Amino acid sequence: MGDYIVDIKNLSRNFGSNQVLKDVTLRVPRGGVFGLIGSNGAGKTTLIKHILGSHYAQTGSVNVFGMDPVREPVKVLGRIGYMSENRDTPGWMRVQELIDFTSTFYPSWDSGYVKELLELFELDSKQRIRNLSRGQTARVCLLLALAHRPELLVLDEPSSGLDPVIRRDILAAIVRTTADDGRTVLFSSHLLDEVERLADRIAILHQGRVLLEDSLESILDSFHRITLRFDQSYSVAPSFDGAIDSRGLGYEWTYVVRGDRNRFDQTAERLHAEIVGESPLSLDDIFVSNIHRS
Amino acid sequence: MQIHIQSQSGVPIYQQVMQQIKYLVASGRLKPGEELPSIRVLAEQLLVNPNTIARAYRELETAGVVEKRRTSGTYIADIGSPLARKERLKLLKQQIDGLLVEAFQMGFELDEVLKLVQQSDILSETPKKG
Repeated sequence: MGDYIVDIKNLSRNFGSNQVLKDVTLRVPRGGVFGLIGSNGAGKTTLIKHILGSHYAQTGSVNVFGMDPVREPVKVLGRIGYMSENRDTPGWMRVQELIDFTSTFYPSWDSGYVKELLELFELDSKQRIRNLSRGQTARVCLLLALAHRPELLVLDEPSSGLDPVIRRDILAAIVRTTADDGRTVLFSSHLLDEVERLADRIAILHQGRVLLEDSLESILDSFHRITLRFDQSYSVAPSFDGAIDSRGLGYEWTYVVRGDRNRFDQTAERLHAEIVGESPLSLDDIFVSNIHRS
Repeated sequence: MQIHIQSQSGVPIYQQVMQQIKYLVASGRLKPGEELPSIRVLAEQLLVNPNTIARAYRELETAGVVEKRRTSGTYIADIGSPLARKERLKLLKQQIDGLLVEAFQMGFELDEVLKLVQQSDILSETPKKG
C-alpha cells in the first residue's frame, strides 16, 4: 500500500445503463488535504461511497489502508471520519444520545475532545436533533466525524448550503486535522475557492472520469494564459501546441496552454507570432477550460 | 497581522502571503524582531493549507525577510546584512522593470512614472526613517 491511504485502480461503476464512474484511477497519499472537484453529477459522491465500502467495485479495485473496504468494513471504517453530503441524522435523538450511540462504534473515541468540540461549536447536548438549525446539525455531524480522531477524514461537499460562519468552522477543522500529526483529509467540493485554499492535491472529476490529478502547485504552475499577436489575421485560432482552449479574433488570440513555458516561445516563433501577454490561471479557470475541452 | 487572501486571482496563495508580509515590513507595521504567528495559527486564521504558510515562511526566510529561531518561532529579520540587501535589490529591480514595461506599454513617459512614484499613497503611510 506504500504511502497511499486510498488506492483506486481502473474503477468503473454502472447504475443500470448509466455509467457513473469510468476507469477511475486515483491515489490519495498519507498526510495533507486531497480535494475532489467536479460539477454536480460528476460522480464525486459515488466515488466516496466506494472508499467507504458502501459500493463494491464492479470493475477495478478499491483499497483503503491497504484493505478492501467492502470485505473489512469494521477495520476500515474505524479509521475514517465521514460527513455525508445530506448530513442524515436521527431527528428524534438528543445530541448526547447520538454522541453516545456513535461512540460505541469507535474504540479510539475521545470524550475529552467531544467536550471541547461541543463548547467550540456552541452546541447544547440536551437538544433534540430535529430542533437544531441546519448549521447546528452540520456541526453535530462534523463533531461525530472528528471525535475518534480518524486517520482519514472524508467530507462530501462539507460546506454546501451552509452560511459563512459554519463554513469557517468546517474549513478550520480541515486545517486543524492536517496540521495535527499528518492526518489526511479527503473532501469533495464544487466551491473552487475553498479547494484552492486548502488542498495539497486535487483531482478533477467530470462525467465519471478523472480529467486531471496532481499536486495543486504543479497544476497551477503548468497552466498559462498567453496572448499571441500574429503577423496576419486569422478567422479561426491557429493551432498551438499544448493549447487546450483558445479565443480571439483577427491578429490576436488568447490560449490556455499546458506545459513547459519555454516551449511556447519556440512554438510562437514558428507561427510568426509574438507573445504579447501572459497571466497565471486560477483553479477556476483551469477547471472550466478542462471541462470545456472534454 | 492583517492578511487577506484572494483566491481566484491566479496569484498563488503562498505568494500573496509573502507579498503582504513584505508590504507590512516595508510600511513599518511589522518591525524587526517581531514574532510572526505560528504556521498553524495563521493557517487556521486564513483558512489555508498549513503547507502553504510553511512555504511562504520558508521563502521569506530565504529572501532574508524573516528568520527562524531554534525552539521558538519565526521573527521579522533585522534587515541590515549586505547579503540580504543584495537580494532585496534584485527583487526591487525586477519589480521596477515590470512597472516600467507596463507604464511604457500604456504610453506613459519616464518623468510621469517618477512623479507618480513620488506621489504614491504608501509614502504617506510609511514612517520616515530617521
